[in-house]
Amino acid sequence: MNRSLRPLAATAIIFLIAYAAAAFQFHGLVSTRVLGNFLTDNAFLGITAVGMTFVILSGGIDLSVGAVIGFTGVFVAVLISWAGIHPLVAFVLALAVAAAFGAAMGAAIHWLKVPSFIVTLAGMFLARGAASVISADSIPINHEVYDWVSQAYWKMPGGGRISLIGALMVAIFVLGALIAHRTRFGANVYALGGNPVSAELMGVPVARTTILIYMLSSTLAGLAGIVFSLYTQAGYSLSAVGVELDAIGAVVIGGTLLTGGYGFVAGTFIGVMLMGLVQTYIIFDGTLSSWWTKIVIGVLLFMFILLQRLVFRAQAARA
Amino acid sequence: MNILKKLALGAGMAALLATTAMADGMVVGFSQIGSESGWRAAETSVTKQEAEKRGIDLKFADAQQKQENQIKAIRGFIAQGVDAILVAPVVATGWDEVLGEAKDAKIPVILLDRGIDGSPDLYLTSVASDQVHEGAVAAGWLVQAVGDKPCNVVELEGTVGSSPAINRKKGFDDEIAKHANFKITRSQTGDFTRSKGKEVMEGFIKAEDGGKSICAVYAHSDDMMVGAIQAMKDAGLKPGTDILTVSIDAVPDLFTAMAAGEANATVELTPNMAGPAFEALAAFKKDGTLPAKAIITESKLYTQKDDPAGEASRRKSLGY
Repeated sequence: MNRSLRPLAATAIIFLIAYAAAAFQFHGLVSTRVLGNFLTDNAFLGITAVGMTFVILSGGIDLSVGAVIGFTGVFVAVLISWAGIHPLVAFVLALAVAAAFGAAMGAAIHWLKVPSFIVTLAGMFLARGAASVISADSIPINHEVYDWVSQAYWKMPGGGRISLIGALMVAIFVLGALIAHRTRFGANVYALGGNPVSAELMGVPVARTTILIYMLSSTLAGLAGIVFSLYTQAGYSLSAVGVELDAIGAVVIGGTLLTGGYGFVAGTFIGVMLMGLVQTYIIFDGTLSSWWTKIVIGVLLFMFILLQRLVFRAQAARA
Repeated sequence: MNILKKLALGAGMAALLATTAMADGMVVGFSQIGSESGWRAAETSVTKQEAEKRGIDLKFADAQQKQENQIKAIRGFIAQGVDAILVAPVVATGWDEVLGEAKDAKIPVILLDRGIDGSPDLYLTSVASDQVHEGAVAAGWLVQAVGDKPCNVVELEGTVGSSPAINRKKGFDDEIAKHANFKITRSQTGDFTRSKGKEVMEGFIKAEDGGKSICAVYAHSDDMMVGAIQAMKDAGLKPGTDILTVSIDAVPDLFTAMAAGEANATVELTPNMAGPAFEALAAFKKDGTLPAKAIITESKLYTQKDDPAGEASRRKSLGY
């Protein structure tokens, strides 16, 4: 097997083993209902994680995505419920705001030469603060578009539902994989993450690529915010707290190297599903504390970081 | 291939075992908000006890204050095919879709302790306390204890704008207004916390001639009252004798104060929301009896006569 595919294969195998072991204990886990829930319930996390994959591939980190989700939810809710603007117009406005926000962060990272960690931390405070200033309360959204979306699903045999937002997440993953592996921009992201100096010498437009990466991440976080507002039919400033860390976790479990330059969008998908599986298992068990989710994810993360070290050390030794 | 076959066989057997185990009693999923307060922790442990008493297999999911976790938990319960779902909703909005799915799967849902903005068709019933009534019970005790003497009352309110603060004030003030010898002289928020309750009470004592013109204190929560009792003791007053106290919640620390004679009465906000829910559920499963849309829990009054020391130790084991 191609050596570079090993971490991805490891993620996939661990997911299959974990799923089989869980299904062995709870037969109800093997149903179209659970599979449908995996997609619908993790839609916002998955969409965010696609953007995060690009950021981490380029050797950066984006801590602002959870706050952008919260901000977009409140922004959309205010536009629809208070200003009476049509949801589709509100969505476009929200995505534009998110994109501009990401572009500004990317520009600051590139031209001010500040680590992405610091810039996006500031972005996180800004977005979360702005959301809470607009409204500290949960704003309900009642609009026929929202009612329609909540009823828009394809019923699988066995009672499971593929919802519109679940399908949207899958589409974003496919699109993300195409951009990462089939476009010039994607190649530039990998080059930047591998070695920024040699990338620049090879003629990669570093400034443009950096800005586009953070723009993409924020826009997808904005989209995740819209999905979240569809999911809960409300906008709430304190929603999606900590989702940035879940997204980073999913990306790393999915086999992407935290230092950048190596990884797959498809791996992130498995990472998201693995996190969903852990949560579902704990709900099915019904006696474990829900905080076990965090412990299991922590152990998985540690395992993958260790695995990456070993694989790449072996590679380096060979080279 | 051989391993796969074994796995499949094993899964089948596990499935068989699981179904026989389930036939014993009902399986009920409970999506709890979290464990942000002592009362909430007590509600969780009482729910587990009540389920065990009835032979119900309770699937418990703590949402860590997040609605998305609650929605996931409810979806997980539906996928598992539980017999009923209990939810203490963290916010009022955004339940139409997931409760609609439960309805499609013919799984009855019962709301505990808080309500939702949505069609009442989405749930079987809701179990909650009547907060206005709690305030009225507290006032009723005070009126009866004081009799016809003139009495100036100071009030420690809960967090401004919160529904328990609004309702507990309304219930108490309306009842007090019916008696001419009573007057609410001061009223200020103590944010439901012990430290703020103490601080505000210190201010009241200073403003009211060292506390001499105060006849009674009413607090919207026991925690604030525990703080206020400390303030009265610091000022050299005897709470429970010089100044009467009445508050709401019935937490162990207040019973300890009552046992020491430093508090007079508390109105219980029962952590047992699950008991009435399970009873309604059993009747519904047996012959389809539909319960009332809102089941109101009892607001029981406890005074120094009701074995406060015993109550304190009984309640401590619930996780308050």
